[in-house]
Amino acid sequence: MSNVRLMKGNEALAEAAIRAGCRGYFGYPITPQSEILEYLAREGREHGMVVMQVESELAAINMVYGAAGAGARVMTSSSSPGISLMQEGLSYIACAELPCLVVNVNRGGPGLGTIQPSQGDYFQATKGGGHGDYHLIVLAPATVQEMADFVYDAFDLADKYRNPAMILADGALGQMMEKVIFREYDPKASMPDKPWATTGKPPTRERNILTSLHIQPEKMEEINRCLQVKYQLINKDEVRYELFYADVAEMLVVAYGLSSRIARRAVEMARSQGLSVGLLRPITLYPFPYQVLKDLAQDLRNVLVVELNAGQMVQDVRLGIEGAVPVHFYGRMGGIIPPPEEILSKIADLGSRISTPQAHPPLAENTKNQSANLNSIFEIAKTMRREDEF
Amino acid sequence: MPSVRGTVVIDVDTCKGCELCIDACPQDSLALSKEINKKGYHYAVLIQDNCTGCVNCALVCPDAVITVYRTKKTGKAEKIVTKQPVAVISKVQSNIKVSVDELPEGKVNL
Amino acid sequence: MNSELPPLDSLECVWAKPSTLTDTPMHYCPGCGHGVVHKILMEVIQELHIQSETIGVAPVGCSVFAYYYMDIDMQEAAHGRAAAVATGIKRMLPDKYVFSYQGDGDLAAIGTGETIHAANRGENILVIFINNAIYGMTGGQMAPTTILGMKTTTTPEGRDTETQGFPFKITELIAMLPGAYYVTRQAVHTPNVVRQFKKAVTKAFQYQKDKKGYCLIEVVSNCPSGWKMTPLESNKWMEQNMFPVYPLGDLKVDGKLTEKKS
Repeated sequence: MSNVRLMKGNEALAEAAIRAGCRGYFGYPITPQSEILEYLAREGREHGMVVMQVESELAAINMVYGAAGAGARVMTSSSSPGISLMQEGLSYIACAELPCLVVNVNRGGPGLGTIQPSQGDYFQATKGGGHGDYHLIVLAPATVQEMADFVYDAFDLADKYRNPAMILADGALGQMMEKVIFREYDPKASMPDKPWATTGKPPTRERNILTSLHIQPEKMEEINRCLQVKYQLINKDEVRYELFYADVAEMLVVAYGLSSRIARRAVEMARSQGLSVGLLRPITLYPFPYQVLKDLAQDLRNVLVVELNAGQMVQDVRLGIEGAVPVHFYGRMGGIIPPPEEILSKIADLGSRISTPQAHPPLAENTKNQSANLNSIFEIAKTMRREDEF
Repeated sequence: MPSVRGTVVIDVDTCKGCELCIDACPQDSLALSKEINKKGYHYAVLIQDNCTGCVNCALVCPDAVITVYRTKKTGKAEKIVTKQPVAVISKVQSNIKVSVDELPEGKVNL
Repeated sequence: MNSELPPLDSLECVWAKPSTLTDTPMHYCPGCGHGVVHKILMEVIQELHIQSETIGVAPVGCSVFAYYYMDIDMQEAAHGRAAAVATGIKRMLPDKYVFSYQGDGDLAAIGTGETIHAANRGENILVIFINNAIYGMTGGQMAPTTILGMKTTTTPEGRDTETQGFPFKITELIAMLPGAYYVTRQAVHTPNVVRQFKKAVTKAFQYQKDKKGYCLIEVVSNCPSGWKMTPLESNKWMEQNMFPVYPLGDLKVDGKLTEKKS
């Protein structure tokens, strides 16, 4: 296998999974990520990988539960509606502390939505998603190269913390082709022993039980406390981000994944026009780089968050900024990817304004004087400018 | 007398008194106790010594509280003892004298 | 007593609790069939010497704590997903024995999809299906297998077809699938049927060893608490009312439908 390839993001991710020593893939086709299943069905089996197209995402995530519990490095992938179906299983996996990789090639929602790229699943991915207090480790690639690289990282983090890890990509990253270099990776060297796995109880040890059921309140609280300590450790040690020009900027743009690429172009254009703008790109969405934002906030005048949704990560940015400077938002939805010029004009707009800190974003101008009349919602939405914040 | 002798040991603390063993016993050897156990259940007890060790009670017991024993089939002497009792004595009204020409090997309780 | 038995240690122990059952007292109600099934399942695993090679999957329902009692490696599945979890384990450990243990709600309502597809794939696992026609753990609600006219807390007037449809004979349905190799319906309320059940379990593990594919053992069982009867009454009621709807016997052996299956 050559190490330099021109590939779709989905295929690069699948190829990296093979190289990462993934032994089992369980999935259900859904656009825009079906190439992962297709690629593995074609290429994975000859590497001894179990690749199964199964009856539903519910079955897929629970097969991941069983297989991860059996001690194997395993994964599934889907796109937004399918990931919603997996939430129950993910909650069980998180509580039973089973390492695995879940890939979400995010498409537009809510509902059946669209098959176009979106970042609308940020909340679901980073806040737990299912029931109970838990978190996934969430990595957000921005290039096809990272679609491959983060597979190794996600598996390693999952094994290190006995926690499900998610790669949160989007339809564009999954579908577009770029050059990708597969780095050297030795799965055997990086995989820890799994003495907790249910592989059959030899006489030499007690039986292994993998469960998320602890009927005694004290026990369940203890389990929760352990999980929270684990999340604290993850927050302490695993935060990853990229900064561009942030040390010399008055304005900080924050964007992740695909939108960070567009935002970076917009920031470079703005800087060439003399505007003092930097970019923060969170790579891990959970753990989130709150402290970086807090540290940067002192030297900033305002912050702009760019996402392909109605404003989700912006809430975490506000938590990090702690009200020190105003945090603005620019987002497109429904699968629309804004060109850099759109973001540039928002940057220029904010740069020329003197804004005061606000705890909450301003209500859209036309919404202010309206009573709750559902019939008027469409009319109001039509009159809003894209730059208006929700 | 049944041809095979047996007995049961019941873990009375774990018994829930469901009575399935009593129903399953072909010899009517089992009954519920008058006393209750730690959990508040009347428990199964052996009330007759006619148990054959057929294991029916143990098979239907949902809580696996019954252990079943049986006289060993191997060993000729014991077979004789169990199959051909030397004497059955009941309702003794006056002095009697029992003589056995040759005692079989093994334990015989008269 | 005219003749005492010799001391216990000179007698032959002909039945004792299998060592593969833990010492934890079971939480099941008095007379519940779950205990018998646990016991026989573990007895077979002991007799086949496969304790170190067997992984069980516990369901959600009354037997949610099956792993308290079975001294083997076990995983607790989400409600209805036991067949999927068992699939995941088996596909990673194809040479180990894998079984799931599920109730009627788990297997035939919320988990129908996983159940049917595991069978249809011919997944090389054993599925133990406890059918007592009621939801025991949640307090006696209707199950998919609740028989017509049967009163539960959610069918207070008795199950009627107009509102709740028909008792779901999922075992018959599974027997029709080419992936299913051995499908049988058993009971555990009398010594004889327990012996039959044990034979069925032994056979199913042997089939799994020989990689024959999917095996399903339905156990028509009681729920004294849910049915509001004594254990003995519940067994009698089961014979009179459940067995006509769910007749005991093999539905499929060696991948072939039996004559019983009409």
